[in-house]
Amino acid sequence: MTAPYPFSAIVGQDQMKLAMILTAIEPGLGGVLVFGDRGTGKSTAVRALAALLPPIRMIEGSPTNAERPEDSPDWAPHPDGDIVERPTPVVDLPLGVTEDRVTGALDIERALTRGEKAFEPGLLARANRGYLYIDEVNLLEDHIVDLLLDVAQSGENVVEREGLSIRHPARFVLVGSGNPEEGELRPQLLDRFGLSVEVRSPTDIEERIEIIRRRDAYETETDTFLTHWQAEDAAIRDAILAARAAKPDITTSDDILRDCATLCTALGADGLRGELTLIRSGRALAAYEGAAAITRDHLRRVAPIALSHRLRRDPLDEAGSVTRVIRLTEDVLG
Amino acid sequence: MSGSAAWGRALRALSLLAIDPEGLRGLHLRARAGPVRQRFETLLATLPGPARRIHPDLSDTALFGGADVAATLAQGRLVWQEGLATQPARLILPMAERTQPHLAARLAQLLDRAAGHGLILLDEGAEEAERAPEALSERLAFGHDLEETGWHQAQATLPAPADLDAARARLSGVRLSPDHIATLTALAARFGIDSLRAPLLALRAARALAALEARATPNDDDLREAAELVFAHRATQIPQDEEAEPQDDTPLPDPETDSADTDEMQDGIPDDMLIDAVAALIPPGLMERLQNARSARGMRGAGAGARRKGNRRGRPLPSRPGKPDGRARIDIVATLRNAAPWQPLRRQGESNARVIIHPSDIRLRRSETRSDRLLIFAVDASGSAAMARLAEAKGAVELLLAQAYARRDHVALIAFRGTGAELLLPPTRSLVQAKRRLAGLPGGGGTPLAAGLLAGATLAAQARERGLDPAFALLTDGRANVALDGSGGRAAAMQEAHEVSAYLRALGLPAILIDTSARSAPETAQLAQSLGAQYLALPRADAARISGAVSAALDAPAR
Repeated sequence: MTAPYPFSAIVGQDQMKLAMILTAIEPGLGGVLVFGDRGTGKSTAVRALAALLPPIRMIEGSPTNAERPEDSPDWAPHPDGDIVERPTPVVDLPLGVTEDRVTGALDIERALTRGEKAFEPGLLARANRGYLYIDEVNLLEDHIVDLLLDVAQSGENVVEREGLSIRHPARFVLVGSGNPEEGELRPQLLDRFGLSVEVRSPTDIEERIEIIRRRDAYETETDTFLTHWQAEDAAIRDAILAARAAKPDITTSDDILRDCATLCTALGADGLRGELTLIRSGRALAAYEGAAAITRDHLRRVAPIALSHRLRRDPLDEAGSVTRVIRLTEDVLG
Repeated sequence: MSGSAAWGRALRALSLLAIDPEGLRGLHLRARAGPVRQRFETLLATLPGPARRIHPDLSDTALFGGADVAATLAQGRLVWQEGLATQPARLILPMAERTQPHLAARLAQLLDRAAGHGLILLDEGAEEAERAPEALSERLAFGHDLEETGWHQAQATLPAPADLDAARARLSGVRLSPDHIATLTALAARFGIDSLRAPLLALRAARALAALEARATPNDDDLREAAELVFAHRATQIPQDEEAEPQDDTPLPDPETDSADTDEMQDGIPDDMLIDAVAALIPPGLMERLQNARSARGMRGAGAGARRKGNRRGRPLPSRPGKPDGRARIDIVATLRNAAPWQPLRRQGESNARVIIHPSDIRLRRSETRSDRLLIFAVDASGSAAMARLAEAKGAVELLLAQAYARRDHVALIAFRGTGAELLLPPTRSLVQAKRRLAGLPGGGGTPLAAGLLAGATLAAQARERGLDPAFALLTDGRANVALDGSGGRAAAMQEAHEVSAYLRALGLPAILIDTSARSAPETAQLAQSLGAQYLALPRADAARISGAVSAALDAPAR
């Protein structure tokens, strides 16, 4: 398995890259949804992000990637093993996955061989403190989507089946990608994603040529290419770490809060999740750029990715929702 | 393009695939089963590397591995079996047009992982819209159609295996110049190919061609052949010289600076030659087929839950105890789970078999599927209707689309005008497409009412087969004047319309007829009667009222 294509080497697609960096800084944002045409590098970007993320500290062998013994669920083995550094978990949720695989289920091996009732953790446990990536998220079976919605909301996976009664933390960042031509996403799931990005095939010939050139270099001269770009990736990783440290000190003035509220009201975004996401992503962006406080400029830049999927959907509006957000942002923030 | 040329090109693609299987990924072959395809498959088998034949309904376990139930039971411990795709292999998928979206997505992920898997799609689709999923064919370098190739035309054969091996050894030594990249990328853009996979695959093909011809770098012929092989079946437009000119300046600044070189790569000329070469190979009737190709995509991707044939699958319910009766499927895992806690106890009394299962342990699988609803709109876009209120009808359909979206219904759109009916939008949940098609619907011409009804009936029957629950909404002014065979004549046209209506009625689906004429005529109400449809004459209706009436009328019998 060769190293994934480096994040920094992705040409263009600035919104997508920004959204991914923001979730890395602020996992509480609630993930990214990337919707767009085929062959625009959606999957590439997610895989690249995985390689970019800083490692986490966890108890060795912990099924839920717990950092402290008290976070480890009571059914887990070695609650107080050694603390090790591991790459941030990025778990793929394949289409056609069964409910058992997602939530975890009775450990058949132990049940059959020893007659014991034991829990075999599923993908949700493995994704705890990390990322859960769903490619073609709009093709996911409805009953799996229901499961995910519930867990993504509560941060806890509760399994009540086959005489098991198990709960464990499942806090993860959802990353979804899909092609809107193959079907829409249920609004409930749409709302669970903090940020959403629409990607398009670049139309600029120079840009296209540059993409092909880099991709070709990645495939044919892999080592040189990786050496060059991994240094750039390291710079981004450092910036993410610095931003995480700086984030608590970013001040948010009342004016900015008022701007957020005005903007969300003007857009008719449902609920308060819009405001929260706007503030959090604005703060993450300010931290990433080394600013001391959130400014209107930060809001302006995160508004399209934080709000466009929260608008009351008007399927007959010719202008896309991104355009609507940008237009209104200009009106409200001047 | 003659049959033997098509065969020759397909074999050319096959040799390139033998040289660079990893980079080129595979091939999409459209041909019915027959001697020609048989010969192709025989040649396919001579390619190096392992090959595995899979089928479109393959389960994830079979493909990617999973618990081996028989061995698990025999050994009393969990035994995993390898899937067909665990090891890199060339996967051959016959009946590729029947691939389920989920399998397509998994295979696409497998190809993207670049772990050395190849994929050969053998597509036997009879209809134009019946095609292998684009998510797969788009990832493969080549696409060939051997429908027109006769047995006697399939003469050319592959290069000797030793030559292919030698070419493979040379492959890593082939160098590309930035010009090659620029040329092929710009060319792909001019053929309207959005995906950036196409130029990448073309570059790979050019490199393999150069290796085959023992060249250190691809020359113009290689580039041209690579473009022909990779771009021709993907093209969505034929470059127009006028509009191509300005684009031409941007992509090729490099060759200009290099023009002092004695290199044969000159600015415009090879590019034009390339375009002509590829354009010559674009299948005739491409533009008409584009519409279909797009609709095929829409149909495949109708969203989760739509493509269930019959209602045998669906949301799983808890399994229940019961006896296998030949129809029910045993839920093996649940059965084992049920038996598991008793094993130590049972072993004491009975045999020393590893797993002891009593009939009372057996659990049967249950699932429930709710049929998705499909709203078929047949819109009269004839001159008479257009004069009256095509715009209003469009408005009503748009409002209904918005409702359909909220309820996750599928919609399909048929328009009839001139001499026939056209399926503007096959069943889909994609509103974006529905909107686009509706907005582009022109008006004018005669009223082939029977044709519109027939198209609706066919679609409804098809949808039933796919497990959808169709409902039919006809928007017309009822002034039929074109018969099914395209001839004029009001009486004959009306007669036929009534006949087709009776057929539609026999299908027994909820239907509604909305009279869009300025003054409602009794014939239209009669038509509604023979259609078994509710009749709504809304002479001064606005879109919102039509939409309200339709949803009320269609809901009542449907639920």
